[in-house]
Amino acid sequence: MLIKKPFDIPSSEITDQTCYLKRREFIKHAGLALASVAVGASMPIREALAAVKLGPGRKSAFSTSEALTPYKDVTTYNNFYEFGTDKDEPAKLATNFVTRPWTVSVEGEVKRPKVYDIDELLKLVPLEERIYRLRCVEGWSMVIPWEGFPLNELIKRVEPTGKAKYVEFHTLHDPKRMPGQRSAVLDWPYVEGLRLDEAMHPLTLLAVGLYGEVLPNQNGAPVRLVVPWKYGFKSAKSIVKIRFVEQPPVSAWMKANAREYGFYSNVNPEVDHPRWSQAKERRIGEFLKRKTLMFNGYGDQVAQMYSGMDLRKNF
Amino acid sequence: MKRLPFFKALVFLACLIPLMRLVWFAFNDQLGANPIEFITRSLGTWTLTFLLITLTATPLRKLTSWQWPLRLRRMFGLFAFFYVCLHFTTYIWLDQFFDLHAIYKDVLKRPFITVGFANFLLLIPLAITSTNKMVKRLGGRNWLRLHRLIYLIAIGGVVHYWWLVKKDITQPAIYAAVLMVLLGYRVMAAARRKVKASHAV
Repeated sequence: MLIKKPFDIPSSEITDQTCYLKRREFIKHAGLALASVAVGASMPIREALAAVKLGPGRKSAFSTSEALTPYKDVTTYNNFYEFGTDKDEPAKLATNFVTRPWTVSVEGEVKRPKVYDIDELLKLVPLEERIYRLRCVEGWSMVIPWEGFPLNELIKRVEPTGKAKYVEFHTLHDPKRMPGQRSAVLDWPYVEGLRLDEAMHPLTLLAVGLYGEVLPNQNGAPVRLVVPWKYGFKSAKSIVKIRFVEQPPVSAWMKANAREYGFYSNVNPEVDHPRWSQAKERRIGEFLKRKTLMFNGYGDQVAQMYSGMDLRKNF
Repeated sequence: MKRLPFFKALVFLACLIPLMRLVWFAFNDQLGANPIEFITRSLGTWTLTFLLITLTATPLRKLTSWQWPLRLRRMFGLFAFFYVCLHFTTYIWLDQFFDLHAIYKDVLKRPFITVGFANFLLLIPLAITSTNKMVKRLGGRNWLRLHRLIYLIAIGGVVHYWWLVKKDITQPAIYAAVLMVLLGYRVMAAARRKVKASHAV
């Protein structure tokens, strides 16, 4: 076990308003540079974000030592339907997304419900660096150094009641700020859910940054979930509500297509998506596809939570 | 019409732009984080685009009485075949890397790949019989009958795209709409011919 050293990050260091505004300016310039030069735009983006460093998070034994996916790929190729359905759209359409003020309401079957201000959440516990594999349901994968803290730290503080069996995560619903929500491609708001034991699992992370920097808007700023043994879409982004409930939540993807997307959505090479195979994946940056691992390679840590369950039925 | 060879050469070069764009992107690191997916999708949508352009020739000829659409039609059709060959090669080589077992399973189990593969096979006889000699050998009527397969292939192409998309069907819906207009025109034209014929009797 890691011994936790309490240290406090002043909120100003994380989200200084002037830096914050400057950052958007920088990104705008980077966007322009991208449009005009269209090459090597990652440098301006990196420089811009350097203004909002989170500082080095503590290392974690849960981190993988695999090669990291380049920052540019992590921040320009991802799904975030709130900002468009193409994987290059979030990076373009989320540049002006403002994440202050921001609150996260933790409610439902808990003894101490609370509306957390994002800056309070950022200081809740010392941040850790967690280098996780991310496997998208579409068949590609990345290795991402997240900054964040275990969700169970938050859960312990709000004290779930005996009735709390599941946890629901709600993404912000604001079509004015999230242009993708102006089309009914999903039933907004984006909702995801975990069983309480999954939510309590030490691997389950609330991420507020990546690559040592504040989470870029397109990756789910200011706070998102990371559940590395499940397909990427389970990791809800830009969270405004965490609700403890008795009944299994119905996620946005289950509503959209229950035949294709189940509640668990654990990475499983043996259970194909009805329309494509899940046996292999392309690690971004690699040429040959690699075999997808059961529970995305986190079986040692999580398989016991599903012992005795038919994973074909509970996909 | 004398200038048609020049015009044709120009259109030929224009038809190569989608390929040259990919080559340019590849050499300038602009294919994005997932280059193989980008190349596959791009070649696929261009195949579909050329199929639709090919199907535009007849209505355009009839509506405008221009000659050139029909004289370029074969070239457009062959470009559709050219891009589908590249699309198929990308899938076999870059995407699956000749993993025959995986390809075999894909073709049998994934409806969108089954349809795509069938489409590719159906296009082959059309490409082979595209020469003047072949038209003569088959006879105009048989040739025409065979080449009506293009309607089925175009529908299959849209279905292939539609089934592949995870959720946002905007793009395949646009192709479907264009195809419906092009096929709808033919249905209406055929109906009108029938009415005329019955009047003639």
